[in-house]
Amino acid sequence: MTTDRGIFETGESQSLTGVSALVEQIGRESRHRKVVLIGRIAVGVGFFGFWQLSSGRLIDPFFVSSPVAVAERLGLWIIDGTLIYHLAFTLYATIFGFLIGASSGFVVGFLLGRSSGASSILEPYISAVYCLPKIALAPLFIMWFGIGMASKVAMSAVIVFFLVFLNTFAGVRDVNPVHIHATRIMGANEWQLLRTVILPSAAAWVFTGLKVSVPYALIGAVVGEFMSSNRGIGFLIAQSSALFDTSSTFAGLMVLAVVGAVINAGLQRLERHVLRWREA
Amino acid sequence: MGIVVDQISKHYVRRREEIIALQSVSLQIEDGEFVAFVGPSGCGKSTLMNMIAGIIPATSGTILHDGRPVLGVNTAVGYMTQIDSLLPWRTTEDNIALALQLRGTPKREMTDRVDRMLDLVKLTQFRHHYPVELSGGMRKRVALAQVLAYDPDTLLMDEPFGALDAQLKLVMQDELLRIWDRSRKTVVFVTHDLGEAIAVADRIVVFSSRPGRINRIEKIDLPRPRNVFQIRFAPRFQEIYESIWAALEPEIQREEAL
Repeated sequence: MTTDRGIFETGESQSLTGVSALVEQIGRESRHRKVVLIGRIAVGVGFFGFWQLSSGRLIDPFFVSSPVAVAERLGLWIIDGTLIYHLAFTLYATIFGFLIGASSGFVVGFLLGRSSGASSILEPYISAVYCLPKIALAPLFIMWFGIGMASKVAMSAVIVFFLVFLNTFAGVRDVNPVHIHATRIMGANEWQLLRTVILPSAAAWVFTGLKVSVPYALIGAVVGEFMSSNRGIGFLIAQSSALFDTSSTFAGLMVLAVVGAVINAGLQRLERHVLRWREA
Repeated sequence: MGIVVDQISKHYVRRREEIIALQSVSLQIEDGEFVAFVGPSGCGKSTLMNMIAGIIPATSGTILHDGRPVLGVNTAVGYMTQIDSLLPWRTTEDNIALALQLRGTPKREMTDRVDRMLDLVKLTQFRHHYPVELSGGMRKRVALAQVLAYDPDTLLMDEPFGALDAQLKLVMQDELLRIWDRSRKTVVFVTHDLGEAIAVADRIVVFSSRPGRINRIEKIDLPRPRNVFQIRFAPRFQEIYESIWAALEPEIQREEAL
């Protein structure tokens, strides 16, 4: 029993003597965060500063515009409603494409993952379609669904479908047989097994698929808009560059970059919550 | 009633070769008995245990558990393996509650039972931790609490403490024996550690290597309750150890030579 007590005592004494070390570590971490933040601001200021200064001096602003011009254009778009008009279109297409692609990818991946017969029959077809560059489907979708929102939704849905499908499939296949046996012996029926073991186990894979596919949903929508559209950020960029309006082109790119970064940050937070059991 | 193993054989094919894992094994385990299976690796001791658990079918023969033939997954047992079977996405208390949830235990009774189990394995302050946040020994305690929570009358343990270091192993054996002394469940304990088997078991079944058969069955007459920390220094322990080791050693050598 002496060893037994020992295990618990080490845990307690660590927290007692570790107080000063804890304070020190918190200090170190906050200093570190400050340095990173300052560094990030410095890189941003440096980049835009160089861009502003070199534009017109080193490089013709016809090609690179300038941050001030881009900001003016963005301001204008915000005021006259151009931004919200086009951004809403792109975001709708992205969100609908993502939802349709993710849910169908999850369902199909899950069903095929659970049935080894069907998956071994379909395997060569799935990899053939997977290897097809999805962008190549854009002309077909425009033919089928027209130049409106439907073709953009289809574009991003098909890209998202494959990413989520493959990850769900792998996730369902990856379940630890020990967990399945142990849970069955504890009395789980098939439905309970699905809920308590297979779905949570696959969640990490599914989530990775979802996370990777969100930016691709945006790509799908924007590519659809490039090809043929009369609305959306992709359309705005394509139209501006056709008119040699560099400021507007860069403004459109900025909007896409910011939207992508915001989506990613949101996903990271969500992931930290959903998969908190994986953190040590 | 206990467990009756009658003429069990298990054949399987590996690399297009038929391998006989178990050949006509018969064995009877009494209610409340603590039986250990020892033998060289590949002797079929885990295979037999998994058959009692109903997760692998026998090629021929029958197994009766409490008078009922084991035909599918045996939900009347508690099953604990060397590999961590805790669900990593569930906290300590949710893992312990798992079997109770599956069996539709009323909420209040479930909380009560989980609290008692946490107390039993001394993990109350770790109830909201996930398995990754626990040490190896703590995870074993949770696994033990998990199978004890639904109070199965039989525990099947396949090298449950195999991955632990020598000291922690003793601590866990001690805890298992204390719990067993109080509950007197039937325990089947697979191990390759002969000392561990002698320290905990009433009877030891020694398996021979392929084809797996029962080489001998030894009754362990050490008095209970036993102190696992000191029992290995008892002269009787040494005697039993030497006599079983004499039977086991040639089997291990044979397995090594294969």
